[in-house]
This record gives sequence, structure tokens and C-alpha cells, in this order.
Amino acid sequence: MDANSPVSPGSFAATGRGPRLFSGGGTRATVISSVSTIVVLGILVVIFLLAPGARAFEHTFFSPTDMWRSFIGNPRKGYYSVGAAIWLNIRMFLVAEVLILALALFVALIRQSASPALFPIRILTTGYVDFFRGVPLILVIFALGFGLPALNLPVVSSQSDAVYGVAALVLSYSAYVSEVYRAGLNSVHRSQVSAARSLGLSHGTALRFVVLPQAVRNVIPPLLNDFISLQKDTALVGTLGVIEANKAAGIYSATVFNFSSFTVAAILFLILTIPLARFTDRLIERDRRRRLAGGTR
Amino acid sequence: MIGAPAPAGGGPVPVSSEALRIDDLHKSFDSNEVLRGITMSVAAHEVICLIGASGSGKSTLLRCINLLEPINAGRISLFGHDISGPGVDANLVRRQIGIVFQSFNLFPHMTVLRNVTIAPTKVLRTPAAQAADEARALLDRFGLIDKADEYPDRLSGGQQQRVAIVRALAMQPQLMLLDEVTSALDPELVAEVLEVITELAAGGMTMLIATHEMGFARDIADRVCFLEEGRIIEEAPPAELFTNPQDDRTRRFLRRIVEAKRL
Repeated sequence: MDANSPVSPGSFAATGRGPRLFSGGGTRATVISSVSTIVVLGILVVIFLLAPGARAFEHTFFSPTDMWRSFIGNPRKGYYSVGAAIWLNIRMFLVAEVLILALALFVALIRQSASPALFPIRILTTGYVDFFRGVPLILVIFALGFGLPALNLPVVSSQSDAVYGVAALVLSYSAYVSEVYRAGLNSVHRSQVSAARSLGLSHGTALRFVVLPQAVRNVIPPLLNDFISLQKDTALVGTLGVIEANKAAGIYSATVFNFSSFTVAAILFLILTIPLARFTDRLIERDRRRRLAGGTR
Repeated sequence: MIGAPAPAGGGPVPVSSEALRIDDLHKSFDSNEVLRGITMSVAAHEVICLIGASGSGKSTLLRCINLLEPINAGRISLFGHDISGPGVDANLVRRQIGIVFQSFNLFPHMTVLRNVTIAPTKVLRTPAAQAADEARALLDRFGLIDKADEYPDRLSGGQQQRVAIVRALAMQPQLMLLDEVTSALDPELVAEVLEVITELAAGGMTMLIATHEMGFARDIADRVCFLEEGRIIEEAPPAELFTNPQDDRTRRFLRRIVEAKRL
């Protein structure tokens, strides 16, 4: 059932062509969309199978035994389990997400504040956002992963590569997410602040109970969008030598000369991101309905 | 009307009975001078209506009194205390002044009850249960008790505006400022809001009401002030101002209102 199927056949009755096109209602639309999906997929598979190198391609990328072996891993033969390594991606993602939500909110609030006392730190945060949005994430990962250990500082220089990777993700993504928050803060009408302040609420209390809840609600879809992206980008931390899913797949392919391990990694990433993507869609749809149903504000 | 009417001619009022005093208030937005020297006095329990065309400065005056807008010059005193000087805690002042806006400005992410209890619980530190009880009593008094758990966007404009009034009353203000509270309402919803205001006046609430409802102003006001271009052109009891305006500008304004069938 796709989003284009008619909700009720009657709603097309007024437009001459509509009823003929969709007569039969929801069931018929379902049949049409199913058939068209099968036909499109079938054509793609046929094109793939007719390609001159189809056999070699299939063996290199979709070999079931290689997929299984790379998924399970075998340290004695010199490669790691991609299935186990994805847990590191998940852990890095979860830690980074919490830190990003906090740091980005802090940056956004500083940048939105009007207080003259905060001017220097406001300049700093603006520079921070400009810098980390402009520098490729992979360079930030290199800079922290290779640069900080070289500094020979206590604590800072003795962390694991995964920690440096997470720190780089947090620095880079917080710059983006702070802009999402800022858009949310701007989306709350100033009259809401007037109303809150007129009741005697302090600036902080008004922000905490009136502005922020509305701001965050307005930007949940773009926030989730960034987090889908973050889930994938944990793979870049593998460049530091951390054995996450993509790195484990690379080691397998370098050992066995078969790329099916990357297919396994891709499938695992899809399993992670698709539920979040569908969840985001549902939130957007719910928000749209809420707005349509809502009367005057 | 419980409130003592102001002495005729605006003569000296005993300090204790003067709720609000404004002296030579000036307010500009960039180069646009909106208030050009407003001087007025409001006695306790007095109801004053501000009339005048859009842009005459009524809303800005109310926002200045509530310290939502910083003023450029002049002085505002609340019960004898200067509230416009430096070092005044605006939050303390606003506890005593309730304001209701044209566009309701209810908090859309909170239930009606939460809208009403948020200020008492967060500002006055009233215990949640007590604040809820008091809020329910107020909602009940204004016929809104069955809406307590609804969200604002499920309510009609009239209901929303009544909730906004209740929300302001929950802080037990000494002075209420009403900023064209019926201007955003469908005509059939205006009466229910005006009823609430009439009840407040009967209860002795000191009010400053910016309004386009001339009939209502005539019925409820102890005094009516006509504003034009940021100045009070004329102020008088409604019976005088509406029937025998002294200033040409007041006459012109009232004639336009009559032609628009608003009086």
C-alpha cells in the first residue's frame, strides 16, 4: 500500500476522470502497486543477470558462503566478525547521539542569546559551527585520531581510537545539529515568549517550559534525519584502525579476496537505519495531520 | 460597579488609591516614535478604556506598562513604586500585572489546566496540587472546567481567550491589561469574552482595556482615553466623550466609527 493510493473513492467523484482511474477503491490500488513493484524489480534483476559479468559480480559480492563467514568471523584465519563489529558502531552511535544532543543544544542557545555578556562566547560558538560544518568529517577524525595521541598529554593522548572517533563525530555533528535546534528556536513565535514573561516567568524558565518544548517538537524530523546519517558515518571511524563493521568487512575482503563481506556490512547498516527512517516518516505524517486538524493557534 | 470613580477633572488622588501613574512616557521603535508623552493616572478599582485607530499606540502603551518593551523616557509607577527605573526586577512587577493579548498566546503544547498553573507553580512556587485546585476553581467560575484537560487548539477562539484571561488571573494580579482581546474573534464569540471582563470589573479589578468595541467601552469604562499618534488627545467619562467630544480629532474618529456601524 503506497502513499498515493486513494483514501476514499468518493473523494474523486467530482473530477470526471478520477472514478474510472481508481474504480475498485483501495483493494484495486493495492493490486496495481504490487504488480508494478514486482515488474520493476523483475526488470532490474533481468538487466543484472544479462550483464556480461553477472556471474563474476554475483560471486564477488553475493557469495553466500563468504557472506556467512564474514558475518561469523574467524580470528585464526585473520579476519573479524562483521556481525560482532556492528555492535561497536551501535555503541559509538548511541554515545555520540547523547553527547551531540547536549552539545548542540548548548551551542544553539548561546548563539540565540542576546545577552551582551555572552558576546565573546557567542563569537566562539559561531566560529565553531562555521569551522566544523566546513571541514570534512574524515579530516576531523584523522586530526583527533592521529593528532591528539601525538600531543603526549595526560588523559587526552591515551584514549582508544574509538573514543577519538566518537569525539570527532560529536564535534562535527553538533555543528550541524545546533543549526537544526536554532531553526526550531526561531520557529517558536515571539508572542509565546511575551506571554510567558508577562506571567512573571524568568528568561530561563520561559525557555525551559515554553520555548524549548515547542522548538524541539518542531525539529524532531530533521534531528532524526541527522541521526540516520550519523549511524552510517560511524563507519568512518574505521579509518583509525578501529574494528567496526566496515573495517571488519575490509579486513575480510583483503584476506579472502571477496567483497561479500561489504554486502554484509551494508545489510547490517540498512537494518539499523531503515527502522529509524520509517519512524521519522511516521512522525512527519503525524505532524502534518496534527497541523491540518489544528484550528486557530 | 464597586470601584470608586476617579475624581472629576483628574484632580489629585490619594497615593494609596492610585494603582498606576504614568508620567510623560516616550517610546520609539528605531526612528518611529510610537508614544509621544503619555501622562495618565489609574485609581484602584478603576476601569479605563483606551480607544483610537490602529497604530495610535494603545498596544505599545500596555506592553510598556508590563515592561515587555523598554521605554525611552518617562516614568511608570505601580502603587507608588517606580517600576520604570533601573534595577527594577521586571519579573516581580509582572507578577502583579496581568496582560491578555489579542492573539491569546496560549501555550499550545500544554493542556488548559497546565497553561493556568504554570506561572503559579514556577513563579510563586505554589504546590502543584494547590495550584491545580485554584486553577480549577477559576476555570469553573468562567465556565471552562470541562475544558481543563483539552489542548488549546481544540478550543474555540472565545474559549481560548477566556482561558488566557484565567491564566493571567491565576497570578492574582493587582492590575489587568487587556489588549484588544476581542479583535481576533468571530463576531458571535465576542460576547462571551466581554461577559468575563464585565464580571471582573464588577469584582473591582483595576483594568486598562485597549478596545475597538465602542459600545462595550461605553458600558464598562469609568473613563475613556482617546489616543492618536502616541498622545492622549482626550479623556473623559464615556457619557461625555461619546456624546460630547471636545476635540476635533476625537470627533473625527468617532464619526468614522459611527459610519463603520461600530457604535
